[in-house]
Amino acid sequence: MSSSSPRVVIVGAGHAGGTAAALLRQYGFSGAISLVGEEPIPPYQRPPLSKAWLKGEADADSLALKPLEFYGENGIDFRAGTRAVSLDRVGKSVALSDGSTLGYDALILATGARAIKLPIPGADLAGVVELRTAADAEVLKAALQPGVRVAVVGGGYIGLEAAASARALGAAVVVLEREGRILARVACETLSTFFQNYHEAKGVAFELGASAVEFAGRDGKVTGVTLADGRTIPCDLILVGVGAAPNDELAKAAGLDCNRGVVVNLEARTSDPAIFAIGDVAQRPMPIYEHRMFRMESVPNALEQAKQAASAICGRPAPLGETPWQWSDQYDLKLQIAGYPFDADRILVRGDPALGKFAIFHLKGDLVQAVEAINSPPEFMMGKQLIGNRKPVSISRLADTTVSMKEVAA
Amino acid sequence: MAKITYIEHSGAEHVIEVKTGLTVMEGAVKNNVPGIDADCGGACACATCHVYVDDKWAGKTGEKSAMEESMLDFAENVEANSRLSCQIKVSDELEGLIVRMPESQH
Repeated sequence: MSSSSPRVVIVGAGHAGGTAAALLRQYGFSGAISLVGEEPIPPYQRPPLSKAWLKGEADADSLALKPLEFYGENGIDFRAGTRAVSLDRVGKSVALSDGSTLGYDALILATGARAIKLPIPGADLAGVVELRTAADAEVLKAALQPGVRVAVVGGGYIGLEAAASARALGAAVVVLEREGRILARVACETLSTFFQNYHEAKGVAFELGASAVEFAGRDGKVTGVTLADGRTIPCDLILVGVGAAPNDELAKAAGLDCNRGVVVNLEARTSDPAIFAIGDVAQRPMPIYEHRMFRMESVPNALEQAKQAASAICGRPAPLGETPWQWSDQYDLKLQIAGYPFDADRILVRGDPALGKFAIFHLKGDLVQAVEAINSPPEFMMGKQLIGNRKPVSISRLADTTVSMKEVAA
Repeated sequence: MAKITYIEHSGAEHVIEVKTGLTVMEGAVKNNVPGIDADCGGACACATCHVYVDDKWAGKTGEKSAMEESMLDFAENVEANSRLSCQIKVSDELEGLIVRMPESQH
């Protein structure tokens, strides 16, 4: 950065953007920082919205990454309720929805992803909700009363977490999944079966191979979901959890390289050296998987890329590469996932799903590509290290639960 | 409320007044103290809020759950006084608490 008083503008005040602002100050950056966010509140953690927060076990203060005062006290110009409408790469400025313009020396795009809406009749009825923002979660929480009938459209992690929380709150829940099994895009069959059985034991009903074609309603309020086979499932509330799409329109319009997200390198830098992209919106290289490009929707990825961008802007050495991971809490189950099963040719289950304590290893030859661990921290922690260090393992020892994970990795 | 001293691996000290009910991890993260990453935000899922608790307070910071014990067992540079700071609730009892950070959380 050559300017005597460099300016950083961060567009998007989610987990990635908020973390980047805080890290720039931690790293000693003394120039101007503007943090522009569409939502009315400062950056917060989204994961608890479907879990602890929804069940009333966490309050708004605990969700906030930093208290509101933090931004003022640290010279961070936080602009809530404001959207970036266009980007002038030649003039190095961003035009905002309030009519103002911010000049930058470095720009960080942290615009995230948005919940996909189902393009079917009735999608605008009251009682049809998504779960992405704190505002979405407020609507869902207010509606989740004992006895309320909830239809969750989409058997992915957010839908299943919300289903577990809804059961804890006394609601009746049915999960409608278009594919032949839940978690079809993100987990193997063993895990899908385990989670479905566990949810069923907790009273959740499932309809598999069920495509929603219309949301039925009366007086503007939802009354049911009509499926492709003609049946209508009555309900009072519909949670649509069918995935998210990257908010890369600003980058595309400005001519940055995009391919299902904004393409970046390991410094989180886009095809314009003055512009970075981090978090859910970024399509990034994965060094441990032969630098394959991938877009991740996870907090650890948002944090890692925030470190990469802040380090590059401050002229610090690049942070060490991290192994991607994520987690999900449902009932008393803690699922911890490390890596992605790219090119895996074998699935190995260590432990017994019937005991609710097991891990699924995805192997490529004798290399661990990914691990999904249920209530099994040793398998997660050692599996994550093995994914990161690319050390070959003995398949027979990995399969043998009498051999500890430390011995497996030794 | 308790005054907590967070000491980075480099030796840099941060003295913070932390509200009762927050965790030792939240006291650091919400005040932008470097060295405690807390990737999972307190779900006991990642072991990136590892600290060493000064011996004087070992008895006051509570018992480790089986989950915490198990996660810590696989963290880097673990010592007998290692804790996950997201699992230590702050109370008046912890006035003066000193925690030190490991070289790295990852």
